Amino acid sequence: MISILNTYEAVETEKVSLWFKAAPVQKFPENGGACVKYKGMQIAVFNFTREGTWYACQNLCPHKMEMVLSRGMIGEDQGEPKVACPLHKNSFSLKTGMHLNGDLNSIATYPVKIENDFVYIGFSE
Amino acid sequence: MKTVIVVGNGMVGYKFCEKFVSKVDQASFKLIVFGEEPRVAYDRVHLSEYFENGDAERLSMAPREWYQENNIELYINERVTDIHRNSKTITTLSEKTFNYDYLVLATGSSPFVPQINGVDKEGVFVYRTIEDLEDTLAYADKIKKTVEKPKAAILGGGLLGLEAAKAVMDMGMEPHVVEFAPKLMPRQLDTRSSKVLQVKLESMGINIHLSKATNQILGNGHVIGMEFGEDDVLNVDMLVISAGIRPRDELGKSCGLKMGTRGGIVVDNKMRTSDPNIFAIGEIALYNQMIYGLVAPGYEMAGVAVDQILGMEETVMAAEIDMSTKLKLIGVDVASFGIPFMPAEKGHSIIFENKTESLYKRINVSHDGKRLLGGILVGDAQDYNMLLQMYLNEMPLPKNPENLILGSRGGQDMSFGSAMDLPDTAVICSCEAVTKGQICCSVKDDGNESVKAISKATKATTGCGGCKPMVDDLVKETLKSLGKVIKESICEHFEYSRQELYDIVKLRKIEDYNSLLDEVGKGHGCEVCKPAVASIFASIYNETANRQATIQDTNDRYLANIQRNGTYSVVPRVAAGEITPKQLLAIGKIAQKYDLYTKITGGQRIDMFGAQLHELPLIWEELIAEGFETGQAYGKSLRTVKSCVGSTWCRYGMDESVTFAIDIENRYKGIRSPHKIKGGVSGCIRECAEARNKDFGFIAVEGGWNVYICGNGGANPQHAQLLAEKVDKITATKYVDRFLMYYIQTAPPLTRTAAWLDKLDGGIDYVKDVVINDCLGIADQLDSEMQYLVDTYKCEWKEAVENPEIRARYTHFVNAEDTDDTIEFVSLREQKMPKAWV
Ligand SMILES: Cc1cc2nc3c(=O)[nH]c(=O)nc-3n(C[C@H](O)[C@H](O)[C@H](O)COP(=O)(O)OP(=O)(O)OC[C@H]3O[C@@H](n4cnc5c(N)ncnc54)[C@H](O)[C@@H]3O)c2cc1C
Ligand code: SF4
Ligand code: SF4
Ligand code: FES
Repeated sequence: MISILNTYEAVETEKVSLWFKAAPVQKFPENGGACVKYKGMQIAVFNFTREGTWYACQNLCPHKMEMVLSRGMIGEDQGEPKVACPLHKNSFSLKTGMHLNGDLNSIATYPVKIENDFVYIGFSE
Repeated sequence: MKTVIVVGNGMVGYKFCEKFVSKVDQASFKLIVFGEEPRVAYDRVHLSEYFENGDAERLSMAPREWYQENNIELYINERVTDIHRNSKTITTLSEKTFNYDYLVLATGSSPFVPQINGVDKEGVFVYRTIEDLEDTLAYADKIKKTVEKPKAAILGGGLLGLEAAKAVMDMGMEPHVVEFAPKLMPRQLDTRSSKVLQVKLESMGINIHLSKATNQILGNGHVIGMEFGEDDVLNVDMLVISAGIRPRDELGKSCGLKMGTRGGIVVDNKMRTSDPNIFAIGEIALYNQMIYGLVAPGYEMAGVAVDQILGMEETVMAAEIDMSTKLKLIGVDVASFGIPFMPAEKGHSIIFENKTESLYKRINVSHDGKRLLGGILVGDAQDYNMLLQMYLNEMPLPKNPENLILGSRGGQDMSFGSAMDLPDTAVICSCEAVTKGQICCSVKDDGNESVKAISKATKATTGCGGCKPMVDDLVKETLKSLGKVIKESICEHFEYSRQELYDIVKLRKIEDYNSLLDEVGKGHGCEVCKPAVASIFASIYNETANRQATIQDTNDRYLANIQRNGTYSVVPRVAAGEITPKQLLAIGKIAQKYDLYTKITGGQRIDMFGAQLHELPLIWEELIAEGFETGQAYGKSLRTVKSCVGSTWCRYGMDESVTFAIDIENRYKGIRSPHKIKGGVSGCIRECAEARNKDFGFIAVEGGWNVYICGNGGANPQHAQLLAEKVDKITATKYVDRFLMYYIQTAPPLTRTAAWLDKLDGGIDYVKDVVINDCLGIADQLDSEMQYLVDTYKCEWKEAVENPEIRARYTHFVNAEDTDDTIEFVSLREQKMPKAWV
């Protein structure tokens, strides 16, 4: 399980070497999330329609190692975009990956871009 | 410029620095600090938290930069080895020499390790520093790999020993506390309370061995056991010694300061040692012939030393020092204050003991019955702060002092006043010596209107944190006395209570979360306001969870209960628990087909676990074809109406409870509310349906139905209260209609009916007034609003499976047909269960 955790490493926009074409924009619920599969990894992608921004992070919740974050509720805490895990409501910043209401490990976040109505996730490999 | 050198960068040494820099003009003094530990001062009191988070930084009293910012020269990992009083210099282990004008010794203490044969064996630890904890943890990890059910002993059953016992238990070892005295916490508890505590701790898995003198520690190289008498041996794999403390007074001794006969550096009430230029504070100082092993007196000493050095001679140490303590962390309340136990000639004691609930309370009262002298609380220390304040401030006792521990039983004679009745001089936070007066002023004059703000401004609550509840009360009460209402806004995005939002939505006919946010909220919402607003929409428009799916709580969003491994459970409605054999077969067939774990729920229906997201619509399609509907087990909504078989079958039955329960469940099904609601109907007062622990319940009696409301099971069980007696079914239903609607409109989010009633001014009598006497004139409106909900019910799962767009939400990935391959099951009693968490 710990090894699963290690497969997710945060990627900064400058370091992106590959933009993975995930799915058309319409596939992602407004103001909600969905899960994308990429090479054995599960990436949660969030469509903040109100703000017009997108975020991505590992789907794996570091609390109990469940693949569930994409199904969590999203929101904002003093301007910081976040996702709350559906299992025990631990919430994580989608900008920094930091755990906001405790001290679990951070989650890995990934850059997202939208081009021609398609969602792309940035990886560096 | 004068130089002050502080030896020891522990809790008290740090506090000295903090107080010093806040009072002194930086040009006139230079402050140099030496600490032997490899890190800057940290909060030893909360040492055990290090396990939970492994984060040493969080324990720091202040970061390294803080010392720099305040021009403090800090040398850590540097032990002071000698003091030369003649030349007023000190030297360190690395042979550096420094001059001082004033020297402050804050070297604390070290754990006392008794001279028992074998204490030097591998696997024997003490519990004082982060390094101690790291070593213990590493050893425990090693042991756990080789020994099946490893055991660890703690030598010493005092305050710290019990804390250490909890710690080794959390490390995954079986804890054994070994105490020399015939009771636990010998300094704080009497024999009876020790007994109560012992039983409670044993029930939690902490083994207690009293009156045990350890002869030797067994093992070849590493510890394998402890020997008490000839045939009295306890096998253990690790030992933590917590047998008291010894002041680290070696520096004082070698430079000839006056010492106590059993150690410690003697100080006067100015914290001065026998050398007027040398001060001693904290656990090293012997004041009134005592070492005080607590932070609060240490902090006070630090303050006295600062003032003395700065020439404020009138600041001296109090003559009597309060040693009241509360045990933290262990999971059972234990506290003692003042004189915990005493001979009868000094005063009399009032003792309350309830063995079955592991409760023990004792207060000691002066002979004239006017003053509280001390006491002990085990099992429930909720009143500790208030009792401590009464003791410290010598407040007059109520006429029946037993009420202080028993609560006032009937009558209007409240045992405790509010925290506001304390004198302004009452010290609320003893760690930081903050008084009630200071807290209230900070609220009134400086506008610090929350515990957070108060703690920033006054430092109250930042020590052991025990005073938090009282500070909270003081803040609230002070605000109230200023005529300020404490705003119950639901979160940062809406400055309204749920009830206010409910009215806004209704009056302005707002139907979308986004419009509501635009019109009366700010920002973009969060996981608190979204489901709260979703519930309001549902209660007003009876909108199902499908339309605005992403503002729903996760369970509602997918119309199923998320379970441990991210799979879901499926619960069809089985109104009142009545089910036909044909329906049973249908459920069985479907559960078998999808390989679901099945179990009967507490609400008399069948739960099927282990369905993956993409299977949900398939399963529901089949269930609906068999005539089932959603059971809304996932929603904050009506769950079930439990029933007994009543007069249909039962020989005692007074009326048909099943029929009534089915009608009621079908009436309220699908209605969403601030929290889940459950009902019950019993056919007679034998109450087999447990209707009185439900949010609403009916019990058939001679001449009609008794109606009960606001009973809850769950974490805080409460019996329901009688709303009406001997009414017919129609009237009973009408009352409950109104009650539910009123609750739905006025309760805060996620508040169940019992908690709602507790907070409602006027309580059950007021509800009766609204529901039966219509004192608010809203009964008709409540009736019609409820009728609207009843008339517009639809099964949201039927809606979901029939609508391709909604159905499309049920896939694990948006870019692949695959299912989640990380889900793993193992078998369990011919069914399956999720693979255990690691
Ligand atoms: C697990 C645990 C739980 C506790 N819980 C509570 C509680 O709930 N409530 C409470 O009031 N108290 C509690 N205490 C006690 C509290 O921590 C102490 O009273 C407090 O730390 C004393 O502060 P001090 O500065 O005197 O000593 P310390 O914090 O021990 O600091 C002394 C420092 O001086 C250093 N030092 C010693 N000699 C030299 C030298 N020659 N040169 C340089 N440095 C030197 C030491 O290494 C140490 O870092 C607890 C203690 C422990 C261990
Ligand atoms: S509550 Fe009364 S009627 Fe119902 S089953 Fe029990 S005894 Fe029979
Ligand atoms: S009692 Fe606790 S463990 Fe059991 S079902 Fe309820 S929440 Fe889960
Ligand atoms: S699994 Fe995510 S919060 Fe517990």
